[in-house]
Amino acid sequence: MVERYVRPDGEIVAQFDVRFSRFIEPGGKVVCTPLPPWADDSGVLIPIYRTMLQTRAFDAAALKLQRTGRLGTYASPLGQEAIGAGVASAMREEDLLVPSYREFSAQLWRGVTMTELLLYWGGDERGSDYRVPRQDFPACIPVASHCCHATGAAYAFKIRRQPRVAVCFLGDGATSKGDFYESLNAAGAWHVPVVFVVCNNHWAISVPLGRQTAARTLAQKAIAAGVASEQVDGNDMIAVRAAAEFAIENARSGEGPRLIEALTYRLGDHTTADDASRYRDASEVNAARARDPVSRLHDYLTGTEAMLSAADEETMSAEIEQEVNDAIEQYLATPPQPASAMFDHLFSELPQSMLDQRASAEGEQDHG
Amino acid sequence: MAEITLVDAVNQALAYAMRENENVVLLGEDVGVNGGVFRATNGLQESFGEERVLDTPLSETLIGGVAIGMAAQGLIPVAEIQFMGFAYPTIDQLLNHAARIRNRTRGRLTCPMVLRAPFGGGIGAPEHHCESTEALFAHIPGLRVVIPSSPERAYGLLLAAIRNPDPVVFLEPKRIYRLVKQRVPDDGEALPLDVCFVLRPGDDVSIVSWGAMIHDVVAAADQLALRGISAEIIDVATLKPLDVKTILESVNKTGRCVIVHEAALSGGWGAEIAARVAELGLMSLLAPVKRVTGYDTIMPLFRLEHLYMPSIDRITKAVNAVMEFA
Repeated sequence: MVERYVRPDGEIVAQFDVRFSRFIEPGGKVVCTPLPPWADDSGVLIPIYRTMLQTRAFDAAALKLQRTGRLGTYASPLGQEAIGAGVASAMREEDLLVPSYREFSAQLWRGVTMTELLLYWGGDERGSDYRVPRQDFPACIPVASHCCHATGAAYAFKIRRQPRVAVCFLGDGATSKGDFYESLNAAGAWHVPVVFVVCNNHWAISVPLGRQTAARTLAQKAIAAGVASEQVDGNDMIAVRAAAEFAIENARSGEGPRLIEALTYRLGDHTTADDASRYRDASEVNAARARDPVSRLHDYLTGTEAMLSAADEETMSAEIEQEVNDAIEQYLATPPQPASAMFDHLFSELPQSMLDQRASAEGEQDHG
Repeated sequence: MAEITLVDAVNQALAYAMRENENVVLLGEDVGVNGGVFRATNGLQESFGEERVLDTPLSETLIGGVAIGMAAQGLIPVAEIQFMGFAYPTIDQLLNHAARIRNRTRGRLTCPMVLRAPFGGGIGAPEHHCESTEALFAHIPGLRVVIPSSPERAYGLLLAAIRNPDPVVFLEPKRIYRLVKQRVPDDGEALPLDVCFVLRPGDDVSIVSWGAMIHDVVAAADQLALRGISAEIIDVATLKPLDVKTILESVNKTGRCVIVHEAALSGGWGAEIAARVAELGLMSLLAPVKRVTGYDTIMPLFRLEHLYMPSIDRITKAVNAVMEFA
């Protein structure tokens, strides 16, 4: 038996708590008031809802393309649409999105096109050459490595006195990585305008949250770095947007970084190369479907406030279907880049010593 | 004009670049008040302020990573990793992001950053402080790897690296940080990247090297000259992209090639040079290419360090061997 010399009555030198927010529960019922002032403003909510529907329709189409051999391995955002749309709608155009690889709703909101997303997942670099937004980072596949970029960009905003905010999305698995912590820690030490949004979908491929960490919340990881944080229901778009708006405007006004943990659930497989039935029960997935973010916002919008009519929704769905079909058509009609494209953007100018390699690749294509 | 050391030349180039372009920022561990553990950034925080000369937390992955975020926003970060042995966590950032962000966004985002790190053995430093792993970096497509061999080269190449619109890994041979002094005018004149320098012309053998080893190669060449062997010395300077043309022209003239580096033999950058000479210059060779390198062992702690490093004696022996072959 080891003697314990820590005094149980020792002075408390630090105490922390993590707050959770939810405004709308499944079924669309309001469970917390007051709601944010824009929560009855259809001008704010309908475009966000539209982006969530767009994301869902895009996802269904992308899965079909993948299964018919017309798209590469693809990561579905099914069930996480409220986080991207809610957060992006609280950003300004001049803010900077530093996404992971499942944030289509945020990217679509900010002007990335469905054709670009299809090109990327269809194996073409041009899919990351966004016409709009020019400065946003492309999808980051090595998880958490992009957290450093968000902190670095926010440092640039700070020393140039630009009122801009970097918003970085990551998953629950990414919070186990050192680069996440290094970025969070430096953001705190430098007091830079960055917001980290952890989409906690409870699964990092096959590893459930409980095997990822013993931490009760992921939000509390920010506390260790001296960064303010909170937890929200990530399937409640109102709660997501409220937290994001506060965090982003706080950062913009020089109050430093913040982290939001948004609780959600990955309804699909990790990617099309994964089979989630190998490691999780259908009952768990079915239970999560009842918390679906799209139907929750739908129920809220069509509920007491009646912000959305059935006719409006029908029109919206038809428009979106057309957008998706147009994007697919445009994607499939885009010919691959020539072999020289491998060399075009390697450096600002191709070094002399590589001209022969380019000629060789071009020759290969000519004879191929 | 006073003569300055290589580490002073680094400092002089950094100060020039910071005066020249307000987008240039320095970051790293102890680079601020302390001026860097080797004093490469000495006095710069005083001159340019805390925002432009930033002391980072002890986070090497972060140092490479935040530089990418800064660079994508138009700053020109010059990041210091205190010793090459601590740079490995940030290879993730260099390989997965810095080297490829221009390519993967079709030129929409770029990465004009420099990552500096002292490297190499021979100063009796502690474990993990002495390796030469430049080949790890040189293998990465999209990265430039530059190594100066003198104060003059350090000044001109570092300015070129900072002005280059793409990421550059700039490795500083710390054994010669203070070994030699040269007059280096602070005129902002850069040296060209992507070219090897012919340091000394010769007729009988081409000795190809870089960094601190250049000084041992020069000493070996002096000894060989006394015996009537004329060695051409090539200072590679930019390891990647490699200026094969200059090396081939030299070998074409001399017919013999000896490559000297501190790094381990297998997969060292000498292997790449030897392969290129074999592929493109075989018919000009009078003797097999020879490499004088560290061994494929763990670099020993400093009591045995001198036995690991290629010595002047090992260089002259290698040259003798290729001279005797034909």
